Amino acid sequence: MSNSLSKIEKRTAYALTLPAVLIVFAIVLFPIFSNVWISFKEVQLKDIRIPEPRAKKIVKSVKNEDSKIKIIYKLRNSSLIQDIRDVKFQDKFPNNVQPIDLDERCKFISNKVRCDFGDWSKKYREQFVIFFETKNGEKIEKKLFKLNKPNLKGKADNILLTSDFTLSNFKKVFTNYEFKDLLLTTFYYTFFGTVGAIVFGILSAQMVNQNFRGRSFIRSTLLFPYVAPVVALAFTWELLLDPNSGTLNNLLLNYNIIDKPINLLGQKYVSIFVFGFEFKLRLALTTVIIFEIWRYFPLAFLFILARLQAVPKELYEAADIDGAGPYTKFINITLPQITAVISILFMIRFIWNFNKFEDIFLLTGGASGTRTLPINVYEQGFSIGDIGMGSAVSMVIVLLLLFFMLIYFKLIGKRANES
Amino acid sequence: MRVKSIITFSIISSFFLFSLISIWKILSTLQGIELKTLNFNFYFLSGIIISFVSIFLSEKLNKLSVVIILSSVFVLIDFFINSSLPIWHYTGTFLILLFFVNKLAKYNKKHFSYNFSAQIIFFDFLTLFGIIFFSFVILFPFYLMLVTSFKTQALLLINPLDFSIDFTQNIKSLFKSYIIVFTEYNFGKYMLNSSIVSIGTVIITLLLGIPAAYAVARLNFFGKHFLSTSILIIYMFPAIVLVIPLYTVFSQLGLRNSVFGLLIIYTATTLPVAIYMLQGYFKSIPKELEEAGIMDGQNWFGIIVKIILPLSLPAIASVALYVFMIAWNEFLFSLMFLDSPSSFTLSRAIQFLNVGAETPRQYLMAGSVVVTLPILFIFVYFEKYLVSGLTSGSVKG
Repeated sequence: MSNSLSKIEKRTAYALTLPAVLIVFAIVLFPIFSNVWISFKEVQLKDIRIPEPRAKKIVKSVKNEDSKIKIIYKLRNSSLIQDIRDVKFQDKFPNNVQPIDLDERCKFISNKVRCDFGDWSKKYREQFVIFFETKNGEKIEKKLFKLNKPNLKGKADNILLTSDFTLSNFKKVFTNYEFKDLLLTTFYYTFFGTVGAIVFGILSAQMVNQNFRGRSFIRSTLLFPYVAPVVALAFTWELLLDPNSGTLNNLLLNYNIIDKPINLLGQKYVSIFVFGFEFKLRLALTTVIIFEIWRYFPLAFLFILARLQAVPKELYEAADIDGAGPYTKFINITLPQITAVISILFMIRFIWNFNKFEDIFLLTGGASGTRTLPINVYEQGFSIGDIGMGSAVSMVIVLLLLFFMLIYFKLIGKRANES
Repeated sequence: MRVKSIITFSIISSFFLFSLISIWKILSTLQGIELKTLNFNFYFLSGIIISFVSIFLSEKLNKLSVVIILSSVFVLIDFFINSSLPIWHYTGTFLILLFFVNKLAKYNKKHFSYNFSAQIIFFDFLTLFGIIFFSFVILFPFYLMLVTSFKTQALLLINPLDFSIDFTQNIKSLFKSYIIVFTEYNFGKYMLNSSIVSIGTVIITLLLGIPAAYAVARLNFFGKHFLSTSILIIYMFPAIVLVIPLYTVFSQLGLRNSVFGLLIIYTATTLPVAIYMLQGYFKSIPKELEEAGIMDGQNWFGIIVKIILPLSLPAIASVALYVFMIAWNEFLFSLMFLDSPSSFTLSRAIQFLNVGAETPRQYLMAGSVVVTLPILFIFVYFEKYLVSGLTSGSVKG
């Protein structure tokens, strides 16, 4: 009895989870695995269309001969790099007409022309012509010939499914002189973006955790950058920071704080002199990091505020009795209470900043020293058009990501054991 | 101790005054007023004087008169330094001073003899400063977005700092950018597309997610543990590592450039987090309720619909809003999968406008307002649900 019940339970469970599992498998897991596959192949963006035979049909009247008509087919192989085998052609014609001197590759059966064109090499082109005449010498109707479109079929390999593999993508990725710079930029962006967001999160949470009028208003306002669409925010920031017409530069010029505009998003380095030493600051990267912090500190704020509100009041009262000041209270009570949440937050934000694509893409497009790994995936895959290289770079991301996740889940596991 | 406290007090309050006045000056400058300097020295010095005087006066006079006297004196001096500014600017300065001196008047001599008074004062003013600083920094870009959309290209070229809105013009020319964005740039269609994709994603995600989450939360089956851990791992894989294979496969299947294709992708990428959030909530519902349902002869479908759903409406609302937000704001997939303007979503359309080089900025900003307002409105209106969605689902961001 109980055995059959648990069988029913199992069956129900599979039925309930199957649709969700299938769609996630198809759209998320399958691509991750096919990334591995593609990264070992030499594939260009323009090759991914499966080659197909194409024909453009042109109908022309023949001079001085009403009963004849000329039909031109511009035949071609759509692919520049792959052959098509066994091309079959078929087109239908009106009743009462017959072809004149039909090409020997073709046959005319019951108003249809059927041809066997055999194999087409890559870039194959041919101008294929058929003349028609009416059987009884009547005037031919041009319109009727335009009604049908030719039907072509051929066999071609899907370049994604062939079995030639290469290591050249990975070789190119790792031997590229920019690769070190790419990793370093990604690391700067990720690390400082994360740390900045958390620092501002702590400050703002500490601030909102006091009692003052308009507190709930401030609380919702602080979440705006996180909730609003990134496209709108990025373009607003671009307007704000534009060197010529941007509001920020104009304000600074207006108050004589600077004497010429700074291209905050388009300048790679800026020199800063400290005690006579010259430091080169990555300007555009810093700006992008600031945008990142602005957009994501609300999340840190939300988490830390929730934690702060759960800190027992007695702890602070006891500290008051011991004569502790606000600074001591913050260091000795508040900080220890939020370290757990901060460490988890750090890992989550680190992983997500590491993957972040849209923000940089919209602000700088990866120019002026802001090219991170995700931007590079897009550039390789879609700007340069080398799908294989793009996949290889995204494999690097996946591997690093798995490493970070391992740390993250260890951390969560440790936390779970402690509590 | 007292001297140190008083010095801390006057310095930090002067900085606070300076930043308040500066923000007000920036806002005034953006209304087209000619203000050429922030005048740090003057305001800092006045701040120090005001704080000393207020400590001294607060023993002699009552609070209200201290506040009014100091503010008026300050505004009068300010008037002589920056003369010929509109009256509302001085009114604003006066109100800021009222607020500032009112804060100062809370501290009298007694306060400075407490333990840690310097620290307490420092933290008090830091909090005040923080509130104003954060609100300004957060709201300023939104403000800029809004006011730019009401200006014209020509006026912005004449004075790029004048964002004042001329309310005397007729409604049609005031909302010109919005009218053009909806008529010439076809934003009505994009808005419809965005709504279809987002609402569709929410519906399909919930339809598939609720049963799956119920199974993970309640039923015993082989692979359950594997499923519930892999949900989180899958969720952490970013769009950028999926985009190349999806692009190639969707191209070959002819699914690119369709709203339907986008709908499938959004559903698949939001399902894991939806399941993760829902199963956590379902586990918190007492099992006895379902057992009663089983006694009544309900099948699994009946239990989900009649018992689980009504009890977990708040959680479902959170998930729905969170998924809606993700789908509405999504950019990368809409960039990669939509080529023809007829299937654009709002985000994709705005990016398309920007790439099309010569689009005047007020149209771009009007478009940005159009895509931002609905989501902000939903956020403010359903804040409670969305915040709990953000907290439980925010392994992603």
